[in-house]
Amino acid sequence: MSELEHALRGGPEVDPAAATARAVERADAAGLVDVAYTQHDSPIGRLLVAATRKGLVTISYQPRGEDAALEDIARRISPRLLELPGRLDAARRELDEYFSGARTAFEHPVDWSYASGFTKKVLRATARIPYGGLSTYSDVAARAGNRRAVRAAGRALGSNRVPIVVPCHRVVRTGGALGGYAGGLQVKEFLLALEGADPAITAP
Amino acid sequence: MRPPFQQVIDEHADAVLRFLVALCGRSDADDCFQETILSALRAYPRLRHTTNLRGWLFTIAHRKALDAARRRGRAPVPVADVPEGPAHSADGHREVWTLVARLPNKQRAAVYLRYAGGFPYREVARVIDCSEEAARRSVHEGIKKLRQEWRP
Repeated sequence: MSELEHALRGGPEVDPAAATARAVERADAAGLVDVAYTQHDSPIGRLLVAATRKGLVTISYQPRGEDAALEDIARRISPRLLELPGRLDAARRELDEYFSGARTAFEHPVDWSYASGFTKKVLRATARIPYGGLSTYSDVAARAGNRRAVRAAGRALGSNRVPIVVPCHRVVRTGGALGGYAGGLQVKEFLLALEGADPAITAP
Repeated sequence: MRPPFQQVIDEHADAVLRFLVALCGRSDADDCFQETILSALRAYPRLRHTTNLRGWLFTIAHRKALDAARRRGRAPVPVADVPEGPAHSADGHREVWTLVARLPNKQRAAVYLRYAGGFPYREVARVIDCSEEAARRSVHEGIKKLRQEWRP
C-alpha cells in the first residue's frame, strides 16, 4: 500500500460516542424510538430493562447475554430499539426501592399490547397478586377463566417478559412446592424471601 | 429479522461519522449525522431483510452531506474546519484530509469510500448514485490529484 493510501485508510479521527448520544436523544424527541432499554444492576444480577412509551415490555435476566435479549425484543416488539437510559429512570428507581424493601407496589405501567388471549389474562391476574402473597397455578388459571388449564397457565407464566413487576414469582404449586421459574429457582426463592412470603408456611 | 437498531449504530456509527467529517467538516458533520440517524430510523421498519446495511447508511449520509453543501451554498469546506490529524496512520500525514476537502464533491466522496472505507467500486457507485464506471473515474481522478499535492 502506498503512503498516501495508508494515510487515507480509516478516515479522520472522530468521537462517535458523543455524536451518537446526541443523535439518539434527537430521535427520541422525534418519537422514533419505539423501545428504549438500559442495563440495571440488582441484587439478583444485571437486568436488561426495556419500555415502550406505554410501559415496560422487558425485564430480562439475559441468560444468553445482552445481544440475544435485544434480538428477542426486536423480534417481539420493534427493531427500533435503542439504548436510552433516561427513559428508564423511573422504572429503575422503583426496582431499587423494591429490592431495598422500601416499595411493595409498582406504579410504573406495563405495556400489555404484546400479550394476548389466555396468556394475557393469566398475566393480568398474576399482576393482581399482592406483595408477600401467594397464588397457585390452578388459582391463576381460574382467575383467567379456565380453572382446568393449569399447564397452559404455567406456560403463560413462563412466557412472562416482565418478571418482578408482573410477579409470576408469587405463583406456586398447590401444597407449597415452588413450581418453576424462568429466571432460576434461586431467584424465585430470593424474591419470595424478600417479600416475606414462605410457600411452606403460607401454603394457599 | 432486522437487528436491533442499536446494533446497527454500534457497528456503523464510527465509519459513517468519519465519512461525514471528511465530506462536510466537523461543524456540519454532527448535524448531518443526526439527520442520517433520523432518516435511517424512519425507514428502518420498512427495510428489506437483504439490504446491505452499511451501504444503505452511507447512501443516506451522502445525501445529507449533499443537502448540507447545498445549504452552505456550495462554498468549499473552510480549511480551518477540516479534520486535523491522521487517522490510524503514522505522524507526518497531517495534510491529507485538508487536500481531500479541496476535492470536488464527487471525487471527495468516491476517494473516501474507496480508500478510507474500503468499499468495492460497485458499492461506491451505489452510495454516490452513479454508474460503476463513473465511480472508478471519480476515484482515479481524485487520487491522481491527491498524489500530485500530497507530500508526506
